[in-house]
Parts: sequence; C-alpha cells; structure tokens
Amino acid sequence: MTDPARPPHRARALFRLIEALLPFAVLAALWQLASLGLPRYLVPSLVDVFWRTLTIFQDWSQFQNVLATVGRIMAGLIGAFLVGSLLAVLMAQARAADRFLSPILNFFQGIPALSWVVFAIIWFKGIEPRIFFIMIVTALPAFTFQVLGALRAMSKDLVEMVMSFRPTRRRMLSAMILPSILPEILTAWKVNLGNASRVVVVAELVGATGGVGYELLQQQQIFDMAGALAWTLQLVFFVLIAQKLIEMIEASAFRYRAQSERTL
Amino acid sequence: MTVGPAPAAAPEIHFDRASKTFPATGEDSGAFRAVDDITLDIRQGELVALLGKTGCGKSTLFNMIAGLGEPTTGTVRVKGRDPFREFDWFCGKLAIVFQSDRLLPWRTALRNVELGLEMRNMPARERHAIAQRWLERLGLAGHERDYPHKLSGGMRQRVSIARAFATDASILLCDEPFSALDEITAKRLREEFATLVREGGKTAVFITHSISEALDIGGRIVVLRRPAQIALDIKLPAQASRAERDEIRQRIEAILAE
Repeated sequence: MTDPARPPHRARALFRLIEALLPFAVLAALWQLASLGLPRYLVPSLVDVFWRTLTIFQDWSQFQNVLATVGRIMAGLIGAFLVGSLLAVLMAQARAADRFLSPILNFFQGIPALSWVVFAIIWFKGIEPRIFFIMIVTALPAFTFQVLGALRAMSKDLVEMVMSFRPTRRRMLSAMILPSILPEILTAWKVNLGNASRVVVVAELVGATGGVGYELLQQQQIFDMAGALAWTLQLVFFVLIAQKLIEMIEASAFRYRAQSERTL
Repeated sequence: MTVGPAPAAAPEIHFDRASKTFPATGEDSGAFRAVDDITLDIRQGELVALLGKTGCGKSTLFNMIAGLGEPTTGTVRVKGRDPFREFDWFCGKLAIVFQSDRLLPWRTALRNVELGLEMRNMPARERHAIAQRWLERLGLAGHERDYPHKLSGGMRQRVSIARAFATDASILLCDEPFSALDEITAKRLREEFATLVREGGKTAVFITHSISEALDIGGRIVVLRRPAQIALDIKLPAQASRAERDEIRQRIEAILAE
C-alpha cells in the first residue's frame, strides 16, 4: 500500500534531479550574465566554452591529454594508497613503527606540493617518474593517517568477538578488518581525489609535455580563457564522475546502515 | 540438594591454583589481584553459573577459559590443553555469547550466524543451511536477511546465541548475555538457552551478577568473593522446591553481603 502523504517515485526523482542541477544552473547563469558586460578574453560566453569542451571530447589527439592526466592521478593515488595502507598496518601493529614514521609523515605533510615538483625535476629525468613521485609523496601521508585512524577506530568488542572464533589472518581481514575500515577508506579516496587533481595540474604545468596541466599552460600563453576553462572542466568532470562512482559504491556497500528520519 | 565436590571424571575445564595479578598502571595504583589461588573443575555437560558482585574477577576467569588471558601463577586447562598458548586449537570447540550481542552491523542475521562456520572453512551451502536452522529454532524465521539495526535487542541477542550454537562447540561461555534485556525477554531467553545447552549436552559457563538469574539457569552455582575466590560451590537439583531455592538464595545473599 502506498503512503498518500509521500509524493510518487517519479516526482521524487525529478525533484532530486532539479536539486542536483540547481547550484550549477545558478553558477552558469551568473557567469553568462557577467560575460555580457565584461571583455571576452576575461569572461568568455559559456557557448564558446561549451564548443571548446566538445572539441576536446571529439578530437582524439586532445582527449588523449585528458586520459593521460586521469591515468597519472589514478596511478599516483593507487600507489599512495597501497604504500600508505602498508605503513598504516605496520604503525597499528608496532608502537615503535608509529613513533618512527609519524614524525616523518607529518614533516612530509608540511612540504608544499610545488616544492615536491622542484625536487622531482632535480632528482628524476623522465616526465612520468617525476609526476608519479609527486603524486605519491603528496597523497601518502593523508592515506596513511586515514587508514591508520580507521584501523584504530575498529570496535574492540567486535574484534574480540571475531577472535573468539579463532580466525586465520585472511579470514580476519575479510570478515572484520576490511568491512570495518571501508567507510574511512572511501572517504579518504574522495578527499584525496580532489587533492590529487589539483596537484597533478601543478606537476604537469612545470614538467610535462602533455596532459591537462600542459594544455592549461598553452592557453595561458595565448591568453585563451575559453580554452583554459574547457580544459579545467575536463578535470572537474573526471572528479565528479569518480566521486559519483565512489558514492554508488558507498550506497551499495553501506546499505546496512540505519537511516534516521531526523537528520543533523 | 547436594553440596560439595562433583563426581570424579576428567574435567572439561580445570583451574589449578590459578591466580591473576594485573601490574600497576598508574603511579598511585598498586598491582591488582583479580583472581586468587582458584582451584575449580567443571565437568563435561555441566551448566555452571559463576556468580559474584561486579569487580570480583568473574570476567578475568572467563577470559582465562576463553584463552583471551593467561594466569600469572597456576594453570588453566580446557579439554586438557592450555587455552591461551594453544589458542587456535580451540577453533570450533569453544563458543562465546557476550554481554552485548556484538553482531557485525554489515552482515545480515543469517551471515552473522554463519560467522563461526566460515572460520572453520565450511562450504557456503552447508553453513547457510545450519545458520537457517538455528535462526528458525530461535524464533527468527523470516528475519534472515535483516540487518542488526532492524532487529530488537532481544532478537539481536537471539542471533548471537544462534551464532554460538551453530558452531556446535562443546563448550559455551556466556558473559551476562541477558543483562541488557527486559526481565520478561531475559527470562524467556534464559529458559531457551538452558534447554538448548542440556539438549546438546554442552558444557556451559554462565557468568552473572544476578542471584535470580543463577537460580533460573540452574545446574551448579559457584559464588565468588573478591578477589575471585570460591565462597560457595553448590548444585541446584533440577526439581528444586521453592523452599530449597529460597534457602540457597539466602546463603548466597549472605556471602555477597560480606
């Protein structure tokens, strides 16, 4: 039986769609309004930006630059996540490892991304090793501390309960540890994805011969604001798509969570 | 009513002059003696209520049987083995029902009951069938796919009992499993629990601070005084009269009031 007080499913879906699009529509309207009164090279029309964006999608040689940047972001994040997880497990297991590694990671966190770019250019010859190194060192401390926090926040009661069944290490990992830390891992990915998309552009601006950062540098040199926006939007689209994918994983993986009718 | 030592047979759980002292943790606090020179035998098929006030060392004794802690001096043997040093040997032989249900929130009721069987590498189809059977037996048919947050406190504790029984472990340890439930639900679950233990011929150690609960559970009652020392070890006949129960209650109350 349907609740007469609840709007039908289709109406709710439409409302959610409008709710999701409204902020972007307002932003676009304000920009378009500004473009009518300001010079084109400062605030270009969104129609120009749209066609430039479409051209990047349609032209394989241009779109390859987007894929190269996406590949660098993913390679860096996966690398940082794997190394960070290993360090976090080590730190969670041994207090000595924690005392030794925590200050080093905190020190790393204080180094600006641009400094790492300079170090990478001095230390490495190839473009890809440089960018991979920058992505790893900038994302590593965050991943390590986030996974470590998740491991430490695991319920002692639940760990003890699972331990009482005498599990193997593999069983302990699959039945208790991974499901328990998954929410924090996905949040860490969401946060680091945004950070990585900013860092990769800086890295590509300085050292690369391809990628979104390199293309942005080209647009700056010819003073093409529409092009700069179109290339920026490519990265924004990627981040939005990746965030949506993570949200879909969350919706499926955390369907066990109780939903309160009263929100914060 | 019989009082005194149990008949001679190989004990399932054996404490031999076991003591447990926790080292000082702060500058002002000294070492804390939680268990003091306990000798206790629990035989196969016995249902023993370990009764004592809060802080008398019940949980320390419990942890030593479960292999989660070891005595400072003396020995603890379960099935003739050291439960702390031979921890993994007890896989499938010992199950615990905790004070809170401790269900994994990301698993359905059925998958929670399967947990212990999974640890024994039982094939999925077989463990589904066993878990299903235990949920039905505990009145939870139709709730197999429910996540813990959808179940009431009593239902969740039933799932945790099903999880322990599903493993078919011969030794069951229960740490005040019904203390958080309302009295009516707790009484019903206690009766169901005692029946299942007796039907399955299990050896069960039931920790409680409630005299009524210890009397409801029946079997043998071991009363502890602080630090865990045996003050009374008594067998409650299955058909004990009200007068007998009242007399035992008074004796226990007198000990706990000391």
